[in-house]
Amino acid sequence: MTTPKITSNISRRAFLKGSITAAGSVVATTGIARAATSLTHEKQEPLATLIDIRKCIGCEECVYACQAANAEKYPEPEKPFPKMVPPRVPVEDWSEKREVTDRLTPYNWLFIQTASVTVNGEQIDLTIPRRCMHCANPPCVKLCPWGALKQEENGLSRIDSDLCLGGSKCKKVCPWDVPQRQTGVGLYLDLLPALAGNGVMYKCDRCYNRLEKGEVPACIEVCPENVQTIGPRSEILKTAHALAREINGYIYGEHENGGTHTIYVSPVPFDQLNQAIETGKGKPHLNKVKNMMADGTQLAKAMLIAPLAGIAALVGKFYLSTKEDK
Amino acid sequence: MKTAGRVRYYIYAVTLFFIAVSGFGQMPVFKRYYIADIPGLGWLAQFYVTHIIHYTAAIVLIALVTYVLLDFLFNGPGLKRITRSGYFKIGILAGLCVSGVLMVVKNLPNSYFDHTVIIVLDLVHLALCMILLGTSLYTLIRKKKWVN
Repeated sequence: MTTPKITSNISRRAFLKGSITAAGSVVATTGIARAATSLTHEKQEPLATLIDIRKCIGCEECVYACQAANAEKYPEPEKPFPKMVPPRVPVEDWSEKREVTDRLTPYNWLFIQTASVTVNGEQIDLTIPRRCMHCANPPCVKLCPWGALKQEENGLSRIDSDLCLGGSKCKKVCPWDVPQRQTGVGLYLDLLPALAGNGVMYKCDRCYNRLEKGEVPACIEVCPENVQTIGPRSEILKTAHALAREINGYIYGEHENGGTHTIYVSPVPFDQLNQAIETGKGKPHLNKVKNMMADGTQLAKAMLIAPLAGIAALVGKFYLSTKEDK
Repeated sequence: MKTAGRVRYYIYAVTLFFIAVSGFGQMPVFKRYYIADIPGLGWLAQFYVTHIIHYTAAIVLIALVTYVLLDFLFNGPGLKRITRSGYFKIGILAGLCVSGVLMVVKNLPNSYFDHTVIIVLDLVHLALCMILLGTSLYTLIRKKKWVN
């Protein structure tokens, strides 16, 4: 079993100076680049990312790269905010706290969670990049009442900020409560701002615009330790299982919520990690998650035989009336 | 009204009630407007619960529509006896069933619909629901029947 790297406090800039050249060459020569070139294929298997937790040093390069790459998508709310009716509707304003990087916010779609755990009797700090899991059958997309979210064939899910009304349903149905709301921005301002809607929800869109150009997401490209790898889900799973076997490790995201497009590999069991990380608002857990859409999928199958039930009832009616006639 | 007809009527009424309430429950409004705070109505703010109720009611509705349609074709009083409001409601119900089934397919795993199609389906489904509820209220008050 490979010993996980102990997290050290390294200046973000200082680290970048020393590693940017190496990172660039790795990106150009590894599977990441190969994945990037395959991203433009029309019909493709959904893409997944592999996050090797052992490699993460918590430098937050990915966090700042994400912010830089997505800055133009961030909300610029109009103030003062419309008066909400009824007053219980919460105003959520992160526009004055854009610098927050220790949780998910409308201005921070990726953050680093820290876990102090014991491995082979040794106390180590593991750092874990956290963002949207990009579920294979995402409840946020499927259950949005306005179609404001979309899932693309490459597996990413994203929120259309021009359509979102900020009702926060996507956050409530997300097993990890990932989407975050900013009040005072979006379509609701042009409709009934006091009575319906409350801004726009934001989350990682896996740099869809970069993927469209054949580039990899910013967090992957910038990572000096190559913590993340992107590629077709079946290949990523194969790699993840091989890695887990090699390090006698554990996998998260393969089966959670029916399967996701983010696969974590850790040297420590995820229930142990889950107890060690800080969870709460904007800080997702690492619990096991059942398939939230499974009941609906089962009922959808039952819907196929609903007409047969109607036919059966009719046959029963004819049978009874024939019996009565006799 | 014969027993079978009465049973059919009540199944339709109960199904329409639950499918409409759970359908509106897909929007985050019941919590916002305190309705889910009323004792016994907390489930209206639980999206997975309303989702399951909506699907279950849809199954009952599809079975009922199939039953009524075939019963009418084989044993009914003839197309000419259907009233204008009856035809109108049949059309709306057909639209709701088709758009609803397409949305169910959209929600299945590995099912990718064009984004514009999803938005149109959502809006059409909601609009048809509002029209059906309005028409049903009108025909109930004016005592207009499905068939003469």
